[in-house]
Amino acid sequence: MTTTMTPTTRMPRGLRTMFRDAHVTRLAVVLVALLAFFAIVKWPNFSSVATWQSMAMQFPEFGLLALGVMLTMVLGGIDLSVVGTANMTAIATAMLMLKIAPEGSASSTGYLALGAGVAFSLVVGAVAGAINGFLVAKVKIPAILVTLGTFELYTGIALVISGGKPISGMPPEYAYVMGSRIASYIPMVLIIFVIGAFIVWYLMNRTAFGTKLYMLGSNETAANFTGLKTTSLIVRTYTISGIFAASAGLVMLANYNSAKADYGSTYTLLAILIVVLGGINPNGGTGRLAGVVLAVIVLQVLSSLLNTFPRVSNFYRPLIWGGVLLLVIIINQWDKRGNLTRMLRWKGTRT
Amino acid sequence: MKARAALQKVLRQNEFYILLVIILLAIVIQARSGLFFSLDNIVALAGAMVVPGIFAVGTYMVLVSGGIDVSFPALASLAVYATTRMLVDWGWEGGLWLPLVLVIGISAVLGAFNGAFTATIAVPVLIITLGTSNVFSGFMQGALSSVQIPSIPPAMAEFGRASLLVTENPRTGHLSSLPLSFLVLVVIVAAAFVVMKYTTFGRSIYAIGGDESSAARAGVNVKRTKFALYIIAGVLAGIAGLVRTSMMGQMHPTNLLGMELMVIAAVVLGGTAITGGRGTLTGAMLGTLLIVIVQNSMILVGVPTIWQRVALGVLIIAGTAVSAVQMTRARKRQGAIV
Amino acid sequence: MEHIISLRGISKSFAGVQALDNVTLEIAPGEVHCLAGENGSGKSTLIKVLSGVHAPDGGEIILGGESHRALTPKQAIAHGIQVIYQDFSVFPNLTVLENLAFTSEISDKRPFVSWRRMRRTAETALEKIGVSIDLDARVDSLPVAQKQLIAIARALMNDARLLVLDEPTTALTNREVARLFSVIADLTAEGVAIIFVSHKLEEVFEISQRFTIIRNGRHVITCLPEELDRASFSFYMTGREFDDERFTGGDIAADPILELDGLSVSGAFEDVSLALRPGEILGVTGLLGSGRTELALAMFGLMPHDSGRIIVDGKEAKLRGIRDAIDLGMAYVPEDRLTEGLALERSIGKNITISVIDKFVSRLGTLRESQLNAEAQRWVDRLKIATPTPANAASTLSGGNQQRVVIGKWLATGPRVLVLNGPTVGVDIGSKHDIHRVLRELAADGLAVIIISDDIPEILENCNRVLVMRDGRIVHEVDSVDTTEERLSDLMSKDVAEGGKR
Repeated sequence: MTTTMTPTTRMPRGLRTMFRDAHVTRLAVVLVALLAFFAIVKWPNFSSVATWQSMAMQFPEFGLLALGVMLTMVLGGIDLSVVGTANMTAIATAMLMLKIAPEGSASSTGYLALGAGVAFSLVVGAVAGAINGFLVAKVKIPAILVTLGTFELYTGIALVISGGKPISGMPPEYAYVMGSRIASYIPMVLIIFVIGAFIVWYLMNRTAFGTKLYMLGSNETAANFTGLKTTSLIVRTYTISGIFAASAGLVMLANYNSAKADYGSTYTLLAILIVVLGGINPNGGTGRLAGVVLAVIVLQVLSSLLNTFPRVSNFYRPLIWGGVLLLVIIINQWDKRGNLTRMLRWKGTRT
Repeated sequence: MKARAALQKVLRQNEFYILLVIILLAIVIQARSGLFFSLDNIVALAGAMVVPGIFAVGTYMVLVSGGIDVSFPALASLAVYATTRMLVDWGWEGGLWLPLVLVIGISAVLGAFNGAFTATIAVPVLIITLGTSNVFSGFMQGALSSVQIPSIPPAMAEFGRASLLVTENPRTGHLSSLPLSFLVLVVIVAAAFVVMKYTTFGRSIYAIGGDESSAARAGVNVKRTKFALYIIAGVLAGIAGLVRTSMMGQMHPTNLLGMELMVIAAVVLGGTAITGGRGTLTGAMLGTLLIVIVQNSMILVGVPTIWQRVALGVLIIAGTAVSAVQMTRARKRQGAIV
Repeated sequence: MEHIISLRGISKSFAGVQALDNVTLEIAPGEVHCLAGENGSGKSTLIKVLSGVHAPDGGEIILGGESHRALTPKQAIAHGIQVIYQDFSVFPNLTVLENLAFTSEISDKRPFVSWRRMRRTAETALEKIGVSIDLDARVDSLPVAQKQLIAIARALMNDARLLVLDEPTTALTNREVARLFSVIADLTAEGVAIIFVSHKLEEVFEISQRFTIIRNGRHVITCLPEELDRASFSFYMTGREFDDERFTGGDIAADPILELDGLSVSGAFEDVSLALRPGEILGVTGLLGSGRTELALAMFGLMPHDSGRIIVDGKEAKLRGIRDAIDLGMAYVPEDRLTEGLALERSIGKNITISVIDKFVSRLGTLRESQLNAEAQRWVDRLKIATPTPANAASTLSGGNQQRVVIGKWLATGPRVLVLNGPTVGVDIGSKHDIHRVLRELAADGLAVIIISDDIPEILENCNRVLVMRDGRIVHEVDSVDTTEERLSDLMSKDVAEGGKR
């Protein structure tokens, strides 16, 4: 990452590194402006806790997906299958939980189902991701095509095992835990997102894995020459993406209290939008978590702001999202950072 | 000697293998159900090919230029929805020409929107059209407060009902009709073939997809070519949407959304490289045919439609895997370090 | 005599750096003029001024009898100036036919292309240079030499009067170079002038009629080949006297650390045997196509070998991948640092420490940042990498410093064998000198080094022993002290079948 802002020596070191990225700074400014607008124009909503709580429950759905996609994009690839994985794992988990603790079961069985369900979901997600990683790393199919195929495949599997119908009636213990609020304010699903974001932060900034990932994404040939175990890195990255997708499925399960094969149909492109908005270069090798998190929050705030105007239809949401993306792209072009020439060469065929 | 070289060349083409797979699939389905090669099935397949086929033509052209456009279903939906809405509100009872003109006009404008961005901003087309796709569908669903329009202008409905020929299945008594719009597909494919092979515009698209800066140095006006390309792609998408709505007899705004990945997969299966510069129209059509067969004829083998997406997914993975393995082997032969 | 083009007193600066300072270059019709200079000397800027890509800050350009302050690309092309860059500007996905004929179809401004007309155009173009290539072959399947010929043929289609070839022989085998030279001879006989941009004396010597040498943006000399010999050429190019201090290898251990025994990779090289001892710097040289790069790759497990053995420390080594080689203490600095050596967006420090990063991980899996940074700083200091901080991106460095980063990355692994492929290609003189110094120091410390290069002075100055490869075999072994540059050059290219020595 090139240094684009002169840091003030007074800022703590962590914040300083975060704001070295122009995208992050820009997004932070946008967020602050947005919040100010929100506060001024719709104070009653802004000051109501319910608004924030509902926001905090919604964005983890696509936020977790975006985290997974972010990792694959830093690698120079992409993961279009996340929604398919999320639905497939959610349906499978719901069915499993129903099997373990059918209607009217004891509470302890319910909690057993919850535990087994969560574990099962993450495992299946990992397997789904690993399959992606294998096809990309070993068979060397362009990531965009692999994940397109697995998106269809996993959604198809979700359809078949659910018979196309929503699965509901899960043990109430699931909702008790996953749908709960810590200290009666903070939704559990938000905690899950925060944990997820922390894991990504830790991986990218504090482990050798993260450094190697950035290297591989930046120059695959050089990474090969350096002796990096590229296959293992790629498989691990897509596996993690699969795990995050599965956790997003768990969140949706909690939010809707049901699982269906076509939930979150707009989330695929939304996740990519978030990641790009957050400053991740699709060519790989650059980008910060802070940018992605800010992008998630910006889009959620925009969405909720829209909800407060009852006369304005909800359907405007994609219009605004798309508009924001295009706007940011135009601004970036004006700004002319070095990243752009790399973006131009991206054709979705890198790992 | 020349014949042998020509044969070798054919064998190396991707299109040959797709054709092989299609024939194989056809034989298998015929064997299991005895119904594949019946006239009414062929007719049904041809009818099912029309809308994805027209989409595929536009997608093929864009892919060859090195871009990936995911906005075409949203573009088509918006253009047709707006047109239908307007005409129904005005109570249009006249000929098909007005809906056609309106759809083409609107989709040209929307395509120009795509083209302007792509030509001037150095961001991958995938990302740009992601944005425009959301803008189009958001506009349609939001500003136009899209609801299903149950009755469409009579001219369109008539067009949708018009058929070239009707066949009856001797065993089941099932009637299949080859829609008039099939002719539209034929005309479009023929025109695209001529453009891509025999015009400077078409060859420029291949050049841009091969090496954009070399194309610029060779004298191609890259910006103008791309701009025109996206207008054409938009118009094609609009026509496809018009055909679909006419055939369905009603305008369902979100019906087409989500088709983009399927069409892209079809074109890529047919040999068009996702990186650009390579691909044939024949391959794109064959790829579309393959997917249409999988989607429509599975039922003939007794596979319930609910398995369609699984089949599609497996097909995409298998198809791209084969192509990737081929490329890896070719690169190894050239001595590169894999 | 009317010059085709005259560049007089050209000056050009970029962001405060003076790229060209009062340079004069004049080209007569039908002459072969060599423009020579090290990297960073300003020769590419001069070419860009000549072809209208850059506008000079000062000086005048006389073209077609008129004086200009600056040219546009259109003007240059209209006067028959064509530049063939190292990437040839070809369309890899299109056929030879299209590559040749496409430009003229575009300039004709006709909406429809005629394949028949294009075929005729293409055939005529190839006839002009007397080459036959399958018109229907896709260009990306052709070898580099043929791509270059296609680029030349295409350039000639527009009535070129001056053809600029930018480092044309870097990727050619000697047979292909010979063919290129005969094409050039035909062209000059027809009155087309050629500017050969190069830094390799041996190849251009036989064909050039005049030389212009540039150094640090300044014109040094324009002279006839008779007035040049290797020593003076080197002096003019680098500004330094030919350094007689050759590396002789002080303490060379008795036992070899690396041995190759009859190693073969079909299609690349055959029956290669050598022994490398700690403390020595072994040179491997040969023209392109001699198999030298493939040999390096095979030594590292990047290319599987078909027969023969690799022996490290007396034990046979099974190298299935580069990881195995690294574990045995081998390090390979690849040819192309930009595509094979560096992750340009990442920091210098991370680029240096990436190979050893797993050693700086705590038991919990966390990176030990401060230790990692210290290690990076150690190499920045040792190799004198010119950067204010290792946290800057690698893209901020000059070519020479980038090469130091790549070398540093490999030295950080603490290797016992270091193989460098073209270590100073595209590197400024100062860095070249420093890199050579570091290698000599390392050898004195007990490292075993192999330098693969076609830069004869580099090989002779820095290696105590030199192996010459040709057509996939080691054909000579010479002691650098006793060998002159002419002799080595002869050995590399002469088609004399001499028995190989061990």
